[in-house]
Amino acid sequence: MAQHPIFTAEHDQLRSSVRRFVDTELRPHVEEWEEAGRFPDEVFRRAGELGFLGLHYPPRWGGAGGDLAAEIVFVEELAKSGCGALAMALSVQTDMATPSIEQFGTDDQKERYLRPAIAGTKIAAIAITEPDAGSDVAAISTRAVRDGDVWRVNGRKLFITNGTRADFLTLVAKTDPAAGHHGISLFLVDRDLAGVSVSRTLRKLGMWSSDTAEIALDDVAVPHENLIGLEPGRGFAQLMVQLQYERLAGAAASVGGADAALARTIAYAGERRTFGQPIGRHQVIAHRLADAATELEAARSLLYTTAWRVQQGEYPVAEISMTKKYCAQVQNRLVDTCVQVFGGAGYLHEEPISRAYRDARLGRIGGGTDEIMNEVIAKRLGLRDG
Amino acid sequence: MNIAVCVKQIPDPAVPGELDPESHTLHRVGKLILDESDSFGVEMALQLADKAGGGDVTLISMAPNNEVSGLRTALAMGAAKAVLVSDPALAGSDALSTAKVLAQAITRAGDVDLVLTATESTDGYTGTVPNQIAQLLGWPSLTFAKHVEVEDGKLTIRRQTEAGYDVVESSLPAVVSVTAGVVEPRYPSFKGIMAAKNKPVDQCTVADLGLSSDDVGWSGARQEITNVAAAPAREAGEKVEDDGSAHERIVAFLEALKVI
Repeated sequence: MAQHPIFTAEHDQLRSSVRRFVDTELRPHVEEWEEAGRFPDEVFRRAGELGFLGLHYPPRWGGAGGDLAAEIVFVEELAKSGCGALAMALSVQTDMATPSIEQFGTDDQKERYLRPAIAGTKIAAIAITEPDAGSDVAAISTRAVRDGDVWRVNGRKLFITNGTRADFLTLVAKTDPAAGHHGISLFLVDRDLAGVSVSRTLRKLGMWSSDTAEIALDDVAVPHENLIGLEPGRGFAQLMVQLQYERLAGAAASVGGADAALARTIAYAGERRTFGQPIGRHQVIAHRLADAATELEAARSLLYTTAWRVQQGEYPVAEISMTKKYCAQVQNRLVDTCVQVFGGAGYLHEEPISRAYRDARLGRIGGGTDEIMNEVIAKRLGLRDG
Repeated sequence: MNIAVCVKQIPDPAVPGELDPESHTLHRVGKLILDESDSFGVEMALQLADKAGGGDVTLISMAPNNEVSGLRTALAMGAAKAVLVSDPALAGSDALSTAKVLAQAITRAGDVDLVLTATESTDGYTGTVPNQIAQLLGWPSLTFAKHVEVEDGKLTIRRQTEAGYDVVESSLPAVVSVTAGVVEPRYPSFKGIMAAKNKPVDQCTVADLGLSSDDVGWSGARQEITNVAAAPAREAGEKVEDDGSAHERIVAFLEALKVI
């Protein structure tokens, strides 16, 4: 089968490697982990050992020196495990909490945080969202105040994926409340510092085996050498660069999750019989699945094309937002179709398609809602200020 | 310790294959992949070389159209290099011709202490090539190894039998066929995959190996596939209505199959 031009023979081989990892080491345990509300930390270590957590990072820090296309292969195949939580938690590690360290961190910061994150020996979380702020990063209230060699950090962070198990947080805090976007900084905060506490583990509609936390920071003394790039006020710009990975990884997870759900549903439509034939032979079902497959193909093409533009050195912010939004919307429509085709069986807890349905919903919310994506797109269209 | 591993590149078993209506041989068009049964030999070789504290693992393969996709997978796992024999004259080769080619390719690789193979290929299933290679090289042949050890130049295997296993010892060099599951093959890392791009593949022809094209391919084949028939469709199973004695009939059925 002809591949999209962003993929080479090496990406195909990577795909089979990740697929084998998913098939043999992840998928057989998904039910158990989902029920337990957590998958083992060992998954990070194992993925690190296999080199999957540093695909797009330089060999100098233990990475594979690959490109964005390699990362997309990884996230897509993880999502095909049928467990959105795995794809999300691991891509927080690779695409959300660490790109800013690689791009803007000092060598010392890379040595202490990026290298172990790539090796899977340290688990990372990204701490942006708060009870009263999220995509409006400038409105965050977590405050960092310089006190000699340390910054004293106070605040609350909410919806933090990997929050209960993280060894460190890539944390957004305000260092100069008067400076707007230029008053925001990124800190690497060790979870075991005095004053960092997980105040709640949050239960969710889907993504059950991904741990999601509310984290409190009470007068936490973060060493100045843990301020990413050592210069305050750069946090907003650093986050923006990180966002392209985050949003494209999110889109890849949507495409992978949708792909697995559709494949499962097509197989089911070939087995389940009503009115004397497999339901997939009924035109009404066949056409619904044909429509779903068409939308998925369009989403996939958009993802690969946008990734290609990023690989050409562009930063097409509107298209990245379109991709993230569209892929998540297609996934949501598709899993709804899947549950409909499964009928009663699809409504059962034990049928994995019901998990696909629950997990998909976050795609339209996490990493910026559809509405936030539309704001970005509308600005690019000249319809909104910004 | 230098180890050669014979690997076959086959059409993806996940894609329905087609037989040539004339020759009854498998169509080998498009991309070929590493026969999964060979990944066990590659892993075993890597582990043995590692344990021995050095030495190269060399892949030996014969494939149409200079196909290297499957070799790249094994190189990505960690093999150092490959010898690939590709020649239009090889089309139609039977098992013995294949063994002749592989034996010559092993000789060409040079300085080999041990040859590992799978017990049989996934697309051909003759299961005769390993023994033939050993015979042609004049080396001992050990088969169906589910465990392989080399110590002080002595080879010891556990040979899978119906009842358990036999312990078989041999001097080196030798040819060993290993069973699926002898070791757990590693997943190639992306670093390994990228490195494999630049590993040497010695591409050679029948003439390079000092063989005549009369010895191989259609002209050298001593076996011919005269006919191929589709496997009979699976028949409906026997239904056992439970009248209180169903368990006895099921036990009798399983006993007849010799599974209990």
